[in-house]
Amino acid sequence: MNAVSRRYIGLLYAAPAILFVLVFLVYPLGQLFYTSLTSASLLGGGEFVGFKNYVKAWNDPQFWTSLLFTLKYTLYITPILMGLGFLLALLTAENSPLKKFTRGVLFLPVVIGLATSSLLWFWLFDQQVGLVNQLLVDLHILVRPITWFTEPTLALWAVIASIVWKVVGFGMILFVASIQSIDQEITEAALIDGAGYWQRVRRIMLPLSYRTMLLATLISVIGSMLAFDQFFIMTGGNPRGQTFTSVYWIYQNSFIFFKLGYGATLSIILMVIILVGAAAQIALTRRRATA
Amino acid sequence: MSSIAVPTAGDIAGRSTLAGAQRTRYLVGAICIAVIAIMLFPIVMSFLDSIKTRADASASPPGYLPHALGIENYVKVFYFQAGLPTYLFNSLVVAGLTIAFCLVLAVPAGYGLARFRFPGKEAWFLLLLSGMMIPYQALVTPLYLTFTKLGLANTHVGLAIVHTILQLPFSVYLMRHSFEAVPKELEEAGVIDGCGSWQVLWRILMPAVKAGIVTVILFAFITSWNEFLAALIFMNKETQFTIPIWTVSVRTGRLGAVDWGALQASLVIAILPCIAVYVLLQKYYVSGFLAGAVK
Repeated sequence: MNAVSRRYIGLLYAAPAILFVLVFLVYPLGQLFYTSLTSASLLGGGEFVGFKNYVKAWNDPQFWTSLLFTLKYTLYITPILMGLGFLLALLTAENSPLKKFTRGVLFLPVVIGLATSSLLWFWLFDQQVGLVNQLLVDLHILVRPITWFTEPTLALWAVIASIVWKVVGFGMILFVASIQSIDQEITEAALIDGAGYWQRVRRIMLPLSYRTMLLATLISVIGSMLAFDQFFIMTGGNPRGQTFTSVYWIYQNSFIFFKLGYGATLSIILMVIILVGAAAQIALTRRRATA
Repeated sequence: MSSIAVPTAGDIAGRSTLAGAQRTRYLVGAICIAVIAIMLFPIVMSFLDSIKTRADASASPPGYLPHALGIENYVKVFYFQAGLPTYLFNSLVVAGLTIAFCLVLAVPAGYGLARFRFPGKEAWFLLLLSGMMIPYQALVTPLYLTFTKLGLANTHVGLAIVHTILQLPFSVYLMRHSFEAVPKELEEAGVIDGCGSWQVLWRILMPAVKAGIVTVILFAFITSWNEFLAALIFMNKETQFTIPIWTVSVRTGRLGAVDWGALQASLVIAILPCIAVYVLLQKYYVSGFLAGAVK
């Protein structure tokens, strides 16, 4: 084997994967940007229109409604997921059989499909046959069953409840890992100083889970900004388009109204918002970590 | 119990009297059991609903437990539209192809990145991971255009390609680390015996990275089995639906009114493989999740 081929043999092994990414990720990304500058339709045709679609987005009230709704959803659900995830990690971090089992059960919905879990909760929140209403009535919290999906705020909270059930185990597992990796000596020293449990949570476990918390927050924010399945299945964007998320509005434009060009524009805008947001979050936390 | 790093019930009580410690222990146990009950409630109730009779499942107000047991909901979804076997076949073929694509691409890539030096290596690695930062939701439109031209819309291969885009970054990342974790001495023996790099990979290293490969397979399966948006867009012919699209169309039914019993039966069918795989391979699942997230 000569020297040149030896130098590139590793690249050769990676070549199929690289080629795949270039063809199915990088090229479509370029294509997406180009499409965003055209009036392409799902039915074919379309011409170059420059940045007209971007101006159109700026003036599209539903674009803003969807974006604000998505932001609201993200801002509501992320602290709940982080807080509850951390508390559940505190509850189950110990390796006793009951706690291990609790952890296993908490993680179970993570492996179920989002579409499936959304249908499950669509049923549970149904006004007539849903068990959530039945349970709330039986517990005398509600006087009579309510309709969850005809009022945007109630619909939002129903979706949030379903997603918390579905993904809270994800953050929990990360936090359990970070709590379990805390050096025993630190804990022992705190115990000798007479620190109580909650003091150790505040002074040791929480600060040492900081990095994990940032990572989990980033994953949660990106995931929530891209929410689609849960709203498509549970609310259908109703009432009156008030529960369309950004991705849902992209889907609606591209595949229901056949406006691919405009849909591509909305995709680009959303992608830029997410990338800038993620970069800002990483930069901010870097600065705080070094300060 | 000797472990100090984890909170014991006594710690939670703070200044613990023995009775107080005991009480906290019971309280923590009770909370655990309550959490388990809340988490399992939706799945268990869905299963119970699926074995109700059709009328019972649609009763309002709903009952918690079935009055009479029956399999009519399962019979109904079995024959729904093109029939359950078709949909199971679609989902399994797409998942199988996704697994195959991920392995064929990620195993050599992981090996090349872990064991060889070549120009621009880390840049290539970043390119392979870039899928983690680019939401696939944005790629669905251009891919749909290309796939329609290539005749890949409504095909198993087409959807499997989209699922591979989703899963490849994680797979490459995991395989690279799996190969890096194998001690170099293992393959040196092979090199002395005159094996080429391909033979080293195939004969010596593959058995050593078995855990990584199982994890790649597991995650590719779960992702593909559950994926909704791309399946919704690419598989728009009734005979090509995958299981998640099928469950939504069971809800919609033929006449608009929801057949709740049938819906629950379809959900149980969609959930069951996930739970089975999770329970059987939990070890790989949790460690894979941690490896993927803590980077």
